[in-house]
Amino acid sequence: MSARLQRLSAPAWTGLIVAGLVVPWLFPHHLTVFAFAWCMVVLALSWDICGGQMGYNSFGNIFFFGIGMYACAVVQRDLWHGVASGQAQLVLTAPQYLIGLGLGLVAGVVAAVALAFLLGSQILGMRGHYFAICTLGLGIAAGEIATGVDFIGAGSGMVTPLMPAGLPGKEIFYYAFFMLLALFALWLLSRLYAGRFGLALNAIRDNEDKAEAMGLPTVAYKTTAWAVSAALLALAGGGVGNLVGFIDPIDVAFAGASFGVWMILMAILGGKGTLWGPLIGAFLFYAAKEVTWTYFLGWQRVMLGALIVIIVVFFPEGIMGWLRERFPARFGGAPASETQEDRS
Amino acid sequence: MDNLLLLYQAPTILLQLVVDGLLVGAVFALAAYGMALVWGVMNIINVSQGEYVILGGYISYFLFRQFGLHPLLGLPIAGLALFLLGLLLYRVVIHRIVGRDMFISLLATFGISILLQQLMNELFGPDVVSVDAGMPTWYFLGNAVTVPTAKLLAFGVVLAIAALLVAGLRYSRLGQAIRATAQNARAARVLGVDTDRVYAATYALNAALCGMAGSLVVMIWVIHPFIGLTYTVRSFMIVIVAGLGNLPGVFATGLGLGALEQIAGFVLGAEFQSAFVFSLLVVILIVRNAWLRRRREYLS
Repeated sequence: MSARLQRLSAPAWTGLIVAGLVVPWLFPHHLTVFAFAWCMVVLALSWDICGGQMGYNSFGNIFFFGIGMYACAVVQRDLWHGVASGQAQLVLTAPQYLIGLGLGLVAGVVAAVALAFLLGSQILGMRGHYFAICTLGLGIAAGEIATGVDFIGAGSGMVTPLMPAGLPGKEIFYYAFFMLLALFALWLLSRLYAGRFGLALNAIRDNEDKAEAMGLPTVAYKTTAWAVSAALLALAGGGVGNLVGFIDPIDVAFAGASFGVWMILMAILGGKGTLWGPLIGAFLFYAAKEVTWTYFLGWQRVMLGALIVIIVVFFPEGIMGWLRERFPARFGGAPASETQEDRS
Repeated sequence: MDNLLLLYQAPTILLQLVVDGLLVGAVFALAAYGMALVWGVMNIINVSQGEYVILGGYISYFLFRQFGLHPLLGLPIAGLALFLLGLLLYRVVIHRIVGRDMFISLLATFGISILLQQLMNELFGPDVVSVDAGMPTWYFLGNAVTVPTAKLLAFGVVLAIAALLVAGLRYSRLGQAIRATAQNARAARVLGVDTDRVYAATYALNAALCGMAGSLVVMIWVIHPFIGLTYTVRSFMIVIVAGLGNLPGVFATGLGLGALEQIAGFVLGAEFQSAFVFSLLVVILIVRNAWLRRRREYLS
């Protein structure tokens, strides 16, 4: 990050936090919408770790989202009422709820990170489009398998515990959860990208063979990056499961056709391979989606498909890329991710 | 797993599954060959492949419902319609992504796939549909193994299309231009081949192949708007196992995949058939990558 861009980041942080704190006062009845807006930021940021910074475009990162969601929900369900206590709506006391949620999130992160290391050591060995298609298969296969597993409710889904009395309302609780998670993700990534880790990822993106020849332990960096991404996604998944209250294997947990595509689209729209790009893209896309979606009832996914084609074909560098080209003095510095060479 | 034991005890069931699978697998091979063509010539992996198959199926289904046209007569119409759609999509979208980063083409065709999927859902509804071709079924081994003539006919049609395709690529002027472009697009351009036209023809030809495959699928199996991606994944698996530009290999792998899927569907239960297809993709890629790694290469 150039020094000039660095100077812009302090006001950006302040603005973000102030906006996040003001929203509950301004729109107390629409907090679910804003909670999801922060969630989108987490999704876009986590996709960009591998997709933007490392040049490994995953189509199936939703896999970790779903794993986190199910792991969290299973712990919450089974911790206080014995294993697999049926589909009835669970009633918990406030401390039980909080402890269950905390342990559930930890379980989700542990499961997702373990899977990221396990699968990553194999899948991240593939390059380019093989990686993309393999992860696409992974995300969809997980959803299809979850539809057949009775322990997690199979196709009829799973219910997460009700928010007990004595805690703040569900909306404000998860608004705060996702805002903190998004800010944490942004802070974590800004630290990671500023150091050796970020440089290593960019080296892998620009030319993996040369990076390896220079002695960079590429496999270790790649799996670690995927694991960081997986951990953030698992946290987001655990939160979304509780916010929505009902986990459908294909429409909520392994929602490749909504969250899974959106996270890629948001990162590209904002500018992949940048720190702030995915955040901008997430807010922009989510705002546009919320405003327009209801007018295209039934046609949303037609719109989504058209939007993907338009953004990818005409605007692949995203907003940050465009800013860099338009105002090189202010946003310049590292060249945009388009330096990535064609590996075919 | 009880079904596994059943297969051992009653080998005729296994035979039935294999026969069914082989006959269906030919259709997979047709779509896979289209994918290999586009991949080899244009260096694009067409993720909307499966949607073209399903759309071809719906066109045949529509013609059957509205005009009582037999799916085999609907097949050339579906092929022509998809050819035109392929040309249109090439002119609007695909020609802008030829030669760019492969990720862009993956995502753009993925966008087309989502768009078509939902369009079909709006036009034809989300129900599972099929066309009863009204053809007799043959019985073998004391009625233990059945072979519907429709499936046998579909198999024959695939063979005929494949033969036409091979002859066309080998002897026609356009086929030669396509092969030249696949080998070296720049050299072909220098020698006067209009590569843009070749790309358009290749892409449209692929769409037509998929459309014809779809007409066969609706006759021998079922379709619904959201099943397209499985055909894309099957095509992709067949191509990476068989290799680009290896028609006999593609055909053999398609048949093998069809048989394997039928057996897996029987053993695991029908609800896991899609799960099996997608898991198999991951497994094949991992195994292939591990195999390459021994020679210090990687999948790229």
